Amino acid sequence: MTFRKYLVLAAIIVFASVGDISLSYGMKRVGAISLARWTELFAAVLNPWVALGIVLLLGFFAAYLSALSWSDLTYVLPATSLGYVLLALLSVWLLGEKVSVSRWIGILLVSSGVAIVTRGPSATHRHQPELESAGDQP
Amino acid sequence: MSVLRTWSAIAAIVLSSTAGDVLLSRAMRQIGHVGELWRRQGLRAVLKTIATHPSFLLALFFMAVSFFGLLAVLSWADVSLVVPATASLAYATNALAARLFLHERVDRRRWLSALLVCAGVAVLAT
Repeated sequence: MTFRKYLVLAAIIVFASVGDISLSYGMKRVGAISLARWTELFAAVLNPWVALGIVLLLGFFAAYLSALSWSDLTYVLPATSLGYVLLALLSVWLLGEKVSVSRWIGILLVSSGVAIVTRGPSATHRHQPELESAGDQP
Repeated sequence: MSVLRTWSAIAAIVLSSTAGDVLLSRAMRQIGHVGELWRRQGLRAVLKTIATHPSFLLALFFMAVSFFGLLAVLSWADVSLVVPATASLAYATNALAARLFLHERVDRRRWLSALLVCAGVAVLAT
């Protein structure tokens, strides 16, 4: 793992959590959407906060695609789960949601999971990539 | 809004997002390291290769389903419940699906990490 690859993982974390915060703020302003009027979901995209959230999530998507091209899915997902810690912090600071003691314990568990997976290899070693469907047991 | 309705929506989001992630991972693995591809062939070639890959397109469909599901749930439930809850369950389903469909080597370290993150995110949701 190079510095550049860690930078891509950091971009995934920041874009995803800030994007979710923006989406949530926007959807709260749009108001609850009932199943009977589900088509209002498409109009919600016009809310500026929802639109900003979508732009940020596009940034997340680009970084995510890049990471998946050189890492395993089971590496990228836990490694970027720090985003949930950032999301919890941002929802306290920006949205005024309550974060209880149990949520802080959750943050600790997520962080230890991240610490464990990032110490291991980022990709399954493949001797013959063209034959990957034949199995990859080392 | 009822709790049952929230959790049904969460289950639907988890299933479609797992399908999306696994298909996306498969597409990107077949395409290869995008940084190197960009240097060799340019950005336009990279975008074209990705945008025309069948697994990528199918992944996009599933991700759109989970995205609009998420938007719907966020209109009545807390973001600090919904996003961690969907993610928590998705760590377990993704680890299983990556092993079954992507033949990733999910060793003890990765299972432990996935379980810690899964538990942590579940606690976050309470």
